[in-house]
Amino acid sequence: MRPAHDGPVVAVRDLQMRYGTHQVLGGVDFDVRPGEVVCLLGPNGAGKTTTIEVLEGFRLRSGGSVDVLGADPAHGDDAWRARVGVVLQSWRDHARWTPRQLLGYLGSYYVPYAGPGVPRPYDVDWLLDTVGLTAHADRKVLTLSGGQRRRLDVAVGIVGRPELLFLDEPTAGFDPEARRDFHDLVHRLSDLEGTTVLLTTHDLTEAEKLADRILILAGGRIVADGSADELTRQVAGTGEVRWTRGGERFVHATAEPTPFVRGLFEQYGEEVTDLEVTRPSLEDTYLAMVARHEAGSGSVPELAVVAS
Amino acid sequence: MAVGRGARRGWTEFVFSLRSPQDQGFYLFTGVGTLAWLWFNREEEVAGTGLLTPTVALPGVLGALLAFGVIIGPAFSLAMEREDGTLLRHKALPHGMRGYVTGQLVYHSLGMFPTFLVLLVPGFLLFDGLMQRGAVGWLTVAWVTLLALAATLPLGMVLGAVVPSTQKVGTWGMLPVLLVTAVSGVFYPVQALWGWVQVLAQVFPVYWIGLGMRSAFLPAEAAAAELGDSWRTGQVALVLLAWAVVGLVAAPRVLARMARRQSGSQVAAARESAAQWVR
Repeated sequence: MRPAHDGPVVAVRDLQMRYGTHQVLGGVDFDVRPGEVVCLLGPNGAGKTTTIEVLEGFRLRSGGSVDVLGADPAHGDDAWRARVGVVLQSWRDHARWTPRQLLGYLGSYYVPYAGPGVPRPYDVDWLLDTVGLTAHADRKVLTLSGGQRRRLDVAVGIVGRPELLFLDEPTAGFDPEARRDFHDLVHRLSDLEGTTVLLTTHDLTEAEKLADRILILAGGRIVADGSADELTRQVAGTGEVRWTRGGERFVHATAEPTPFVRGLFEQYGEEVTDLEVTRPSLEDTYLAMVARHEAGSGSVPELAVVAS
Repeated sequence: MAVGRGARRGWTEFVFSLRSPQDQGFYLFTGVGTLAWLWFNREEEVAGTGLLTPTVALPGVLGALLAFGVIIGPAFSLAMEREDGTLLRHKALPHGMRGYVTGQLVYHSLGMFPTFLVLLVPGFLLFDGLMQRGAVGWLTVAWVTLLALAATLPLGMVLGAVVPSTQKVGTWGMLPVLLVTAVSGVFYPVQALWGWVQVLAQVFPVYWIGLGMRSAFLPAEAAAAELGDSWRTGQVALVLLAWAVVGLVAAPRVLARMARRQSGSQVAAARESAAQWVR
């Protein structure tokens, strides 16, 4: 399935959000291109959920422009709505329904929006199987565990075969296995169906595994935008080289580990043992970027700080 | 169509309700409670009519239960489903709100059948002479019920849309409805009350639903016990229609406003504030 248009699926320019005098978003800019999996990271209260809600059309922005699938989400009509899938943080509805009934019912709303080559909604049995709920398909939602409930939420989010899927902390409460299955599902949606995905998470490993691109939101602004790899390169003191020579352990932080190691061998040759070169993890990068933002107290921090 | 899907939803919810011990308990309680009260007063004659209390009271009780059920029922559902995410789920669907509202209307209308059955079936076995009008009477029951639903269901929806939380439905909804019902001539004739209370009672639909129901069940002579010595059938229809129009004008606007305000963080906030509130 190819997206209906070639431009970005999501285009956000100078997005502002204020509640009274409290500014939650102070000029957010980013794009999401067709088929991309983009992850929105940020500390609590940074405005991740607010941003997603504005894009979903569930919350009116205070300023700026937002384009989602060629429309302003504040005025998205029902045909637009049919192309967007939503998985929010806090559901506890339809306790008396079974997953099969609920998916069949909610899916039926998408029937009029099927098109040639775009069957809508997804088949309920396929969905149940995909999220691993086949064995629980006919139990009441009330009796499902937290993780099963969450997988049902994901199934509901994609039942209409969305071109764009919003996921707000989708794996909160998942055990490691459910988490891995969920990651497989997102990869499948993105690779096979061409679904564009925008998700928020607190889990940096998850962001690294899933996202083509990571946006870090801090203090109501995007303070970093790039792949996990690009982001770790942007942070100062990137590489760390450890080695042993003559029974002594050495540690050296450098932005350019490769020439440093070459120099090391040129100088000492065979004396160097137990060599380790570590790149900073995404977690180090994330913490560094958020800390830098907080130190900058409100001003937009520069990204290309040291090396590249 | 979204309306058809909503109707299916209403039916599904109705079936769940019939199977739920909680709802079965409610129907049973309503039935047994009312019938017990009628049973203990079965020898009482209502002054000036020559009719027994069960005969006179049952139609009014039916009317009151109907009004109460379809005002408080949707108010509770809506307030609760705003907080648990049901509404938001529908907001995320194409034409979802239309389906949701249709589902509510169908579900709460169907909910009247068990209430009527638990009262009428044992009622007819226990008491003689409940229906004095035959087929015409049942026809009247049907149209009064339909108009009553049209007059009160939208009120329930509006109430559910404006109450701040589920816990407030009691104070904002139950209390006023109970007060209005108390003065609407269900348990004792409205003439027994002060003049201004009589006027107040006649503003609200509950009195007229009761009057319409009595006109369906009781003999023509019993009209002498009503205000103006008449069933005022035309007025019953007009007042209920007027309420229906008010409701149908107000409800879509209020519901649209409520839907606009729905968001995930609102649901999350409600979840936190209602952490102690067990469904």
